[in-house]
Amino acid sequence: MLLELLQRLLGKDDAVQSKNVARERLRLVLVQDRCSIAPHIMESLKEDLIKVISNYMEIDETGLEVTFSDEDNSLALMANIPILKMKRTYGES
Amino acid sequence: MGEVIVVTSGKGGVGKTTTTANLGTGLAKLGYSVVLMDTDIGLRNLDVVLGLENRIVYDIVDVTNGHCRLKQALIKDKRFDGMFLLPAAQTKEKTAVTPDQMVELCNNLRQEYDYVVIDCPAGIEQGFKNAIAGAEKAIVVTTPEVAAVRDADRVIGLLEAAGIKEPQLIINRIRAEMVKHGDMMDIDDIIDILAVELLGVVPEDSLIVVSTNKGEPAVLEAGSKAGEAYRNISRRLTGENVPIMPLEVNEGIMKRLRKLIGMK
Repeated sequence: MLLELLQRLLGKDDAVQSKNVARERLRLVLVQDRCSIAPHIMESLKEDLIKVISNYMEIDETGLEVTFSDEDNSLALMANIPILKMKRTYGES
Repeated sequence: MGEVIVVTSGKGGVGKTTTTANLGTGLAKLGYSVVLMDTDIGLRNLDVVLGLENRIVYDIVDVTNGHCRLKQALIKDKRFDGMFLLPAAQTKEKTAVTPDQMVELCNNLRQEYDYVVIDCPAGIEQGFKNAIAGAEKAIVVTTPEVAAVRDADRVIGLLEAAGIKEPQLIINRIRAEMVKHGDMMDIDDIIDILAVELLGVVPEDSLIVVSTNKGEPAVLEAGSKAGEAYRNISRRLTGENVPIMPLEVNEGIMKRLRKLIGMK
């Protein structure tokens, strides 16, 4: 009891250091901020994705959706790509 | 050929104007010729921080509109012969100046002066775009707070996109005591997050309020810790290698008590 009181008076233990809270919140918010990439970069990302995937399967290019998703404190690139047909061999047209 | 440096931050109230005033004065004290330019049109403040508010006749918009010559609008400092202020307009719109005009203005100034230090308005809109248009170097000011560091990150991205490579960071108003107790982000935390070069660290100093009251930049105050930090940063700007000042914690009664009972 007394020690706890003294600790509270004299300083905090590391677990409740508010700078760690600040750092973690900042890290997360910056991941999101930095992900708002320019539309033309998003477009070229989509084009590149289509190029690569088209080697393996026929896809519906108009239905392609690419978004960022942040869940559980982590960030992911989500691509929703409707497949029309699988290709038998690599690069078949 | 002089160097044009813009002082920016994104967030307001982190000390852009104070930093501009002190670095400009610091450079003038080192013997360089300096123009301090206030681009915060509508909210001019650099004049009062420098104590030159009573001498304004023409402003930056008068120059870009051709109402006066550049030399007529430059206000000579009362302390240093080589230091001048180009004040912002107080009653005009931010759109009264265009980025092209700023480029031309900066090019004219760099022909004649060693340094042009630009005080950028808060925000990332037209005023910001104008302020950075003619600069080749940028100083980003932040404080050790989440909101200020976040805005600094955004501004660093915009500066780099505008072709101003490798902006340098000043961490302002750091409080050694709070850093020590883990209640304020320290220098390494911020540099790690922003991934930029550190130009300097300015401790929180109540003498800044006093010097602003008087219109005398703290960089001229021998006894001011913040002033000392600004003197060091000014020297770094000229290419001198000056080590970062260590954060100093006043040994308070609590610390002595803690030592006495053997904690930490």
